[in-house]
Amino acid sequence: MTAYLVKRLLQIIPTMLGITLITFVIIHLAPGDPAMLKLQMGKGEGTLGEKAFSEQIIQQTKELYGLDKPLPIQYLRWVQRIFTLDFGFSFKDHRNVWEKISERLPITIQLNIISIFLVYLIAIPCGIYSSTHTGSITDNILTVGFFLLYSLPNFWVAMLLIMLLGGGDFWDVFPVYGISSIGSETMRLLPWLLDRMWHMVLPVVCLTYGGLAYLSRLTRASMLEVIREDYVRTARAKGLSERVVIFKHAFRNALLPLITLFAFLLPSMFGGSVIIESIFSVPGMGQLGFEAVLSRDFPVIMAITAISAFLTLIGLLISDILYAALDPRIKLE
Amino acid sequence: MTDPAKTPDFPILEAQSEVKGEVPNTYWKMVWYHFKKRKLAVIGLWVTMFLFLVAVFASWLASDKPIFFYHGGKVYFPVFSDVDKVGPFVWKDLKKKAPFIYQHVTGKEDAIAIWPLVKYSPTEYNLLEYLAPPDARHWFGTDDSGRDVLSRMIHGSRVSLKVGFVAVGISLIIGIWLGALAGYFGGWTDIVISRVIEIMLTIPTFFLIIAIISVKGSSIYNIMVVIGLTGWMGVARFVRAEFLKLKQLDFITALRALGASNKRIIFMHMLPNAMAPVLVSAVFGIAGAILTESSLSFLGFGVQPPTPSWGDILSQSRNYIEFAWWLTIFPGFAIFMSITAYNLVGEGLRDAMDPRLFR
Repeated sequence: MTAYLVKRLLQIIPTMLGITLITFVIIHLAPGDPAMLKLQMGKGEGTLGEKAFSEQIIQQTKELYGLDKPLPIQYLRWVQRIFTLDFGFSFKDHRNVWEKISERLPITIQLNIISIFLVYLIAIPCGIYSSTHTGSITDNILTVGFFLLYSLPNFWVAMLLIMLLGGGDFWDVFPVYGISSIGSETMRLLPWLLDRMWHMVLPVVCLTYGGLAYLSRLTRASMLEVIREDYVRTARAKGLSERVVIFKHAFRNALLPLITLFAFLLPSMFGGSVIIESIFSVPGMGQLGFEAVLSRDFPVIMAITAISAFLTLIGLLISDILYAALDPRIKLE
Repeated sequence: MTDPAKTPDFPILEAQSEVKGEVPNTYWKMVWYHFKKRKLAVIGLWVTMFLFLVAVFASWLASDKPIFFYHGGKVYFPVFSDVDKVGPFVWKDLKKKAPFIYQHVTGKEDAIAIWPLVKYSPTEYNLLEYLAPPDARHWFGTDDSGRDVLSRMIHGSRVSLKVGFVAVGISLIIGIWLGALAGYFGGWTDIVISRVIEIMLTIPTFFLIIAIISVKGSSIYNIMVVIGLTGWMGVARFVRAEFLKLKQLDFITALRALGASNKRIIFMHMLPNAMAPVLVSAVFGIAGAILTESSLSFLGFGVQPPTPSWGDILSQSRNYIEFAWWLTIFPGFAIFMSITAYNLVGEGLRDAMDPRLFR
């Protein structure tokens, strides 16, 4: 197992290199000189006059940031710095990028983990129920319902939720801004926790509903395939209760494809985070990324891309390990 | 017919009607035969065709200039493209004579005009009527500049469908190419291309798209290209898998023995057999592209005003969300309906082409 783990971790390295390469290339698609952009950011918005700075200042800035070196060298130096988590300084407010991200990362991770957890919690029982009652009305309703949910655009759902549940004409049940109410620093632990959860309901719902369709269908299909197998028939013939047959025998074997799905839920959640966090003003990494894109804050953009990709790779690794751990048939080299 | 307990079928698209006649014998006719049996999928197909027609005939459906115009002995048809020839003419004075037909008679000047369904252009604004709820004149209400929402939605479908089709086209070209190369040649080519696919899959796609758009500008062409460049991975994997399967078959060995060039084998023999999952992927890809395009417009990275786009109307509605429900409900529902329709067609195709369903 350790050998497998090490091998997988080593495999991450070339992938991360590829990711950093692509990110680097994309940022340098930007028209204009990064040095110029940096100076202009410092000076304020708006002025795009190329003659606004003397040649000397531009040259010095370039040397300072190593921008006068050829591109491959710049790339290598950037990768080198990433290893020490030095992502540079934001163009917007000159703070350390890693500091900015590490402030916001926990919130995004919280939202996403709660979402994924809820998706699994809701979708798997629904899928199992659908597989054991195929063709029934509940099965039909669930399938059609989840299909419709999957097709709903998430920003529209967010707005409908705000319209219906967040104040306005109908109910005013959930707050729509931020992650904590004003004055939350003075609350004790339990009220603060409840307040936090109250604020997180709407964003989490928006992140969760989309994944339900896929996972429940996968569970259903996987269970149906397993139920056809002979050993399930044997278990029933032995006289075991249906419950034991389904949960202990069928479900465990149907579990494997669901684990692999975990690896794909993560990237979609990070992407969805950008929109949801912007709409609900949740101070997470998605919102930071969105603001960075709006203000052309390249260090932050590159850092967020690299970190999100890295977290996704970790998710893939976890799902691979779980897969290997659950299936004794897989030989780990 | 098919026993539900035996097949991993989905009730939503269960065969609901038997089609008369024998099962046809060519692959695509067979696929169509099975597709037709699923009522919802057929409905999806109708909706997609309806959307396509709306997009193509947008100017005929919603414009502030008439379709047909007769004035001073001359016939202009269709007017909105011949506006220069008509010269300045005050359309508003025409009096209604019959549904869609307006007439204006003053002495010698006799003019007849036939108007489109929605008498407003997507860019015509009237600040006196801003944020009007739906009524007899503006069937879907107006936005904050007094522009008719229905007209904007009809013209917005053009953007959505253009982006959908072109973006998927680009992703198909890239995906089929890379998948075929990886599947056919194997070895290092396969390893490298699979790595690239894996890398592209781990990068947060949506974030990448907005980053690129912010850098390159948000014209409709950039949007199409970027969505295409970030969406080819699924197609590539399917094609690669199909090619790996096909490579083992005897007829490929026979072709090689005959001395067929690699190019010929790939394009003339293997690719046509690998198209099935590609088609399904393409249809789902269109749904995804529509969603991405409207998300981009919603965030402000989409097509720029005055070109209307569904996401754009929705983003406006954020400011007026408490009372201007028509700005939220209608465009959002349009996006939802298009995505659902394409998803239904994709599902239907996938089930129609699935060899595991016992038939």
